[in-house]
Amino acid sequence: MALDLDAPPTPRRQRKVRWLRVYSWALIGYLTVPIVAMVIYSFNQVEGGIPQVSFTWNGFTTKWYQQWSEIPGLTGSFWLSIRLAIAATAIATVLGTLLALALVRYSPRQFKGKGLIDQTLFMNIAAPEIVMGASLLGLFASLHFARGFVTLLLSHAVFSIAYVTVTVRARLTGFDGRLEEAAGDLGAKPLTTFWLVTLPLITPGVMAGALMAFALSLDDFVASNFVSGSQLPFPVWVYGATRIGIPPQVFVFGTFIFLFGLGCAVLSVVLARRQPTHRRVSTGL
Amino acid sequence: MTERNSWFRRHRKTAVPYLLALPAAVWLIALFLIPLVVMLVKSLETCSPITGSCEMAWNWSIFHLEWSMFHKQFFTSLRYAGIATVIDLLLAFPIAYFIAFFSGRRKNFFLLMLLVPFFISFVIRTIIWQFLLSNSGIVLTVLRDLHLVGADYRILGTSTAVIAGMAYNYLPFTALPLYVSLERIDRSILDAGADLYAGKVMRFVKVVLPLCIPGIFAAFLLTFIPALGDYVNQQVLGGISNTMIGTIIQNLFLVNANYPGGSALSAVLMGVSLLGILAYAKLVGTKSIGEYL
Repeated sequence: MALDLDAPPTPRRQRKVRWLRVYSWALIGYLTVPIVAMVIYSFNQVEGGIPQVSFTWNGFTTKWYQQWSEIPGLTGSFWLSIRLAIAATAIATVLGTLLALALVRYSPRQFKGKGLIDQTLFMNIAAPEIVMGASLLGLFASLHFARGFVTLLLSHAVFSIAYVTVTVRARLTGFDGRLEEAAGDLGAKPLTTFWLVTLPLITPGVMAGALMAFALSLDDFVASNFVSGSQLPFPVWVYGATRIGIPPQVFVFGTFIFLFGLGCAVLSVVLARRQPTHRRVSTGL
Repeated sequence: MTERNSWFRRHRKTAVPYLLALPAAVWLIALFLIPLVVMLVKSLETCSPITGSCEMAWNWSIFHLEWSMFHKQFFTSLRYAGIATVIDLLLAFPIAYFIAFFSGRRKNFFLLMLLVPFFISFVIRTIIWQFLLSNSGIVLTVLRDLHLVGADYRILGTSTAVIAGMAYNYLPFTALPLYVSLERIDRSILDAGADLYAGKVMRFVKVVLPLCIPGIFAAFLLTFIPALGDYVNQQVLGGISNTMIGTIIQNLFLVNANYPGGSALSAVLMGVSLLGILAYAKLVGTKSIGEYL
């Protein structure tokens, strides 16, 4: 197989890579099918009384984009999801980053219980979401805690914390602790060191973790369905609407979210390229 | 006071990691570990159908009862999740291999495209598959026009539709860990294999495959466990004949308000998942999961 990268490209090798390339493009084509369908059908006209999406093509219209906010329940659920995602991201990013710092910077001797936290995080990521949703519902029910925004926020934050922690930690492992010692030697107080040295260095990792938390919260259905009560986030609202017919505006919101997600993904690729370097700090100070 | 002050000063340095970890640890204990314990406790309670109040009855027989009622759906879930995971491993390996070794400057582009299903809401993309696979949808219309399938052939409602939906939705979870493990392979080891007269197939079997085994484990774990508890694909794309355990748990909690029954089944599901989680932790280690996300 074409593992010998430095070998001169023989026709045989090129042919094999070409098949891999064709396959990869075909798979990517398959992955984009629902998005293409969603964007196209967000411009589809609808026949009949109550507007519902159907996959018969009735002609092009931009009506649903003009009337994007005319379904009160849908618009409300969308803004609820946005508020929820922002709040959950804020909590998870701060808590997760602090925990990641504790896990990366201190040895098991300095930080007892490190192994236990490691295992809990791992379990939290690997556990089926339906079990987490069901167990949270059980907890809230036995505490007679009314379901709504707060229960959603508590639940979203708990699964986001683990993702933020492991993402930040994975990017922190190359961190040079001597930079902080140098700042200390130059007379910086610990908090000053944190703001001026540590935080700028770990920002790309923290941003990646925050983006992940935001995406997880915005798209969460399974756990939200258990703990939402009467406050329906966007995915739960859409799921409920499948029983009675989906208004075309759902695809308009879907297209907005897709464009936003694409923007964030491009941003995170750009951020990932900006690896922290020693030079940036020394010029920064 | 001065004594306490000096104690504080002496321990300030050593307390730092604990203080950093405290908020997140409290959050995880209160809203992840405690709920799991509460779930187990709740499954043993007996609830009065009239007042709705529950009492601890150490009712261990509930596990036996729920298992005898729903083991069929449990095995359906295991089977579907297993098939979907194997399909995903087979579909994802070539593309992960291509991206890791041959994508060149386009590497980030391909990785981004691999994540494309995530840019559209999980619920919406499943609904769109429902439309595409429906009897008047584009897939069946084309197949019928080509006379590849008969006029009464259906996809929606079958186990094929559920498995296909899961395979689509979880593919990125499979592909990314595989890519990470392939990407990490030191190319000079492959050169060494070539110097020792290992053929291409030999190098693939003896070098590449063993080195990406942790990635295969991670891919398996991150695909199989979510698929095991999935109920959206089954409810949107499947029918009554292929009910999965996730649907049962959801209905017990949200439709029948049967918390003990739902909790018992969730505990069984968690137990099965834990087996996989512990096996992974034993073989690969817990810390490595972060590298595959």
